[in-house]
Amino acid sequence: MVLEPKPRIATHPLQSLPEKVEFVKPSATETIQLPGTEEVHPDVALVARAREGDLQAFETLVRQYDRQVFRIAQHITQNKEDAEDVVQDAFLKAYEKLHQFQGNSKFYTWLVRIAVNESLMRLRKRRTGKMVSIDEDVETEDGSMPRDLADWSPDPEQLYNQSELAEILRKTIQGLPPGFRVVFTLRDVEGLSTEETAQALDLSVPAVKSRLLRARLQLRERLSRYFRKKNGDGVQ
Amino acid sequence: MALLDDLFEGEVGGELRADLDEHLRGCEHCFVTMNTTRQTIEFYTNRELYPLPDAIRERLEVAIMEKCRKC
Repeated sequence: MVLEPKPRIATHPLQSLPEKVEFVKPSATETIQLPGTEEVHPDVALVARAREGDLQAFETLVRQYDRQVFRIAQHITQNKEDAEDVVQDAFLKAYEKLHQFQGNSKFYTWLVRIAVNESLMRLRKRRTGKMVSIDEDVETEDGSMPRDLADWSPDPEQLYNQSELAEILRKTIQGLPPGFRVVFTLRDVEGLSTEETAQALDLSVPAVKSRLLRARLQLRERLSRYFRKKNGDGVQ
Repeated sequence: MALLDDLFEGEVGGELRADLDEHLRGCEHCFVTMNTTRQTIEFYTNRELYPLPDAIRERLEVAIMEKCRKC
């Protein structure tokens, strides 16, 4: 299924720019706040019940997050079968280690961390033992200045149908180094906050911000190659 | 560039935001970069590139719970 994009009207970048780019977060991450009480995440009760052996509670967590875990795994491994295996392994590992979950982070962030590690292990196996980490191919220097400053057509979506565009987006993100891809996926695709992403990947907040910026710019530059082709030369 | 990126996060306000806004009005390179980067983010945010089909999802859920029961 390809979701219809939200309507966009952009003439000047800042005219249509909200104070903060809105990301669609899974409803399961919303918190419940009763009057006069602190916010309690609904997962807290489910995790507590699952820890006491309530399998139905854990099943609810599985149903809540399996799509997201699959998406993250597919983004990292770029392989459907591996992603399916990661979904199973990540949830099983989470269940086995539920007693180790401290509750310092959200259950989902903790689960994402497990899923990312499982995904990187799968990727490593695919690459016949070559080490793969989220630091791979991540240069130390800034390197974030855009080189290709081609403007796009007024609306690239008019140039491609939805499935063509989805294929371009998949190919483009596949070209990013894993260290950038995983940060972009967690922040911009899954809607985790910078702090949650840092926590899930065991990175510092500045490192997440730096990688996110470079991932966004690299993707933009790679997409420009597609969108400029049909649009002629842009600003050079 | 880092400052432009901060605009997406809503982390720039007041005088600095006004200055950046002014800069964007006069700098085509930053204008284009900002606009196309924003579109890039929106493309990926608004699309499900890797949907999990219901049949596979169901099979995975059954397999996961089966393994959990054996733990």
